[in-house]
Amino acid sequence: MRFSALKILKEALTGHKGWQPMWRDPVPQAEYDYVIVGGGGHGLATAYYLAKEFGQARIAVLEKGYLGGGNVGRNTTIIRSNYLLDGNEPFYEFSLKLWEGLEQDFNFNAMVSQRGILNLIHTDAARDAATRRGNAMLLNGADAELLTRDQVRAMYPWLNFDNARFPIKGGLLQRRGGTVRHDAVAWGYARGADMRGVDLIQNCEVTGLRIEGGRIRGVDTTRGHIGARKVGVAVAGSSGKVMSYAGMRLPIESHVLQAFVSEGLKPFIDGVMTFGAGHFYVSQSDKGGLVFGGDIDGYNSYAQRGNLPVIEDVIEGGMALMPAIGRARLLRTWGGIMDMSMDGSPIIDKTHVDGLYFNGGWCYGGFKATPASGWCFAHLLARDEPHKTAAAYRFDRFLRGAMIDEKGQGAQPNLH
Amino acid sequence: MIINHPILGPRDAAEFVYLGDAALINRPDGMTASVETFHDYLYLRDNPAGEHRELWYHEQGDRSWLVVTRNTVTHEITKVELARDVARAQGRSK
Ligand SMILES: Cc1cc2nc3c(=O)[nH]c(=O)nc-3n(C[C@H](O)[C@H](O)[C@H](O)COP(=O)(O)OP(=O)(O)OC[C@H]3O[C@@H](n4cnc5c(N)ncnc54)[C@H](O)[C@@H]3O)c2cc1C
Repeated sequence: MRFSALKILKEALTGHKGWQPMWRDPVPQAEYDYVIVGGGGHGLATAYYLAKEFGQARIAVLEKGYLGGGNVGRNTTIIRSNYLLDGNEPFYEFSLKLWEGLEQDFNFNAMVSQRGILNLIHTDAARDAATRRGNAMLLNGADAELLTRDQVRAMYPWLNFDNARFPIKGGLLQRRGGTVRHDAVAWGYARGADMRGVDLIQNCEVTGLRIEGGRIRGVDTTRGHIGARKVGVAVAGSSGKVMSYAGMRLPIESHVLQAFVSEGLKPFIDGVMTFGAGHFYVSQSDKGGLVFGGDIDGYNSYAQRGNLPVIEDVIEGGMALMPAIGRARLLRTWGGIMDMSMDGSPIIDKTHVDGLYFNGGWCYGGFKATPASGWCFAHLLARDEPHKTAAAYRFDRFLRGAMIDEKGQGAQPNLH
Repeated sequence: MIINHPILGPRDAAEFVYLGDAALINRPDGMTASVETFHDYLYLRDNPAGEHRELWYHEQGDRSWLVVTRNTVTHEITKVELARDVARAQGRSK
C-alpha cells in the first residue's frame, strides 16, 4: 500500500474505509529458494535486500509471532557507529550510511533522526580512550568530535558537572548518530519485501530443521513442513534454541535487557547521551518521554521481563548524571531477550550444514546494525561469501583467538 | 529473585555475582585436553529455555559459590546447593 497527502485527505473525508493492509498474508508454499527464520529487523532486512539488491526470488520470512514483535520493537532506538575495533567499525559505519539513505530507499518514513550521540568523559583516562576511539572512527570514514567541558556545558547546561566523584570533563560526540522509529523500520522493510514478492508468514514457529546428508532440506513449522534450498536464521534471543535443532551449541547466552520511559516532558534533551561512569543512556522521544536504559540484568533469561535491582541501578545512574529528572514519573518498563555473545560482537556466517546460515550474537546493540546486517546476510546467502565489512564475524574466531572484544572482558557475556 | 542460601537462608539475588552455566565446574585438564576441547568448554553454551543449573557467587555475603537451579523462562528457583558439595559429589577433592 502507498501513502500520499491526497490519499490521507480522501480517507479523512470518506470515513477511513479505503485503507488496505500494508502487506499480504500469504499461505506458505511447499518450497522456497530462501527461508529466513525470524521476522525481526534483521530477518526482514535480509529478505528485502535479497530481493532488491541480490535479485533473488522465492523468498519467505517465517515469524513465530507477529512481525516486529521481538527486539526490533523493544529497543531504545539508538543508531551510531562509534566503535573502536577494526572488525566492527567498518561494518557499523556501513550501517549508518545505509540508515542515511533508508527512507528514500524503501520509501517509508522511519523517522531517522541524526540528533547526535554524546558519550560523556569523567576522567583523564577516559579522555584518552575517547580520543583513541574517535581517531579509529575518523580512520574508518565516520565522524567524531572531542568536546571540552565547556562545549558540553553549552549543549546541556543542567547536567551534574561538579559531581564530586564523577565530574564531567568533556565528551565524544558523533553528530551523525541518533534515533530511528524502531517499529517503522520493521514495517518499512516488511512492506518493501512484500512488494518485491517475499512471502511474510506470521504465526509460524520453526520447530525443527530438516537436514539430510549434511544439507538443509527445509524447516518444520507449526504450519507444516516448508522446503528450502537455503535457510538463514536471524532469531536474536532465540538463537540457541533454533540452532540446537541442527545440533549446534553457540558462543551465546540469552539475557534480559530492560528499558524505561518516563511521562511526557517538555523538550530538554535534543540528542542521545551516555553516562561514562555508570551504565545509563538517555534520549527524549518526539512524544516527550525520556527513553533510557542501562545494564542487562546479568543472568540467563528468556522471560522478556527483568527484576527490580537493575531498575534501581539504572535510575541511580540517571540521578547522578541529571538530578533534574528526580521528580519525573516512570511510565513504563519492559524487557527483551538479548543474544549475548562471548566477545560482545555478532556472528554472520555459514554453519557446518550446507545451506544453513546464521545471523546472531547482537547483544544489546543490534538495532543500529539492522540495515548492514540484512545486507551482509543477504550477501552471504546469495553469494556464499561474506560481505567485506562482515568478514570478521565468523564462528571460528574464538578458536583462532581472533575475538572482537570491544570492552576487553573475555568470555563473560554478562560483562559485555 | 531470592536465593535460598544453604547456610545463610533467603538472600536477595542482588548480593550475588553471576558466572554462568554450572557445567563450567568441569574444566578439562589443561595438560592433556585439546585446543578444541578447551574452546568448547570456554565458549560454547547449552543456553536452555527452561531449567538451568548455574553458578552464583555470594560476593556481598559469605563468598561461597552456589549452584542454583533456576528456570530461565519463569525465573523460579527450585534448588540451591553449595558448589563445593556439587564438585565433591562429582569426585573433585579440592
Ligand atoms: C530494551 C532493549 C534496548 C535496546 N536498545 C538498543 C539500542 O538503543 N540500539 C541498538 O542498536 N540496539 C538496541 N537493542 C538491541 C536490538 O534491539 C537487537 O539487537 C535487535 O533488534 C535484534 O535483531 P532483530 O530485530 O532481528 O530481533 P527480533 O526483533 O527479536 O527478531 C527475532 C524474531 O525471531 C522470531 N523467532 C524466534 N524464534 C523463532 C522460531 N523458532 N521460529 C520463527 N520465528 C522465531 C521472534 O519472534 C522475533 O520476532 C536493544 C534491545 C532491547 C531489548
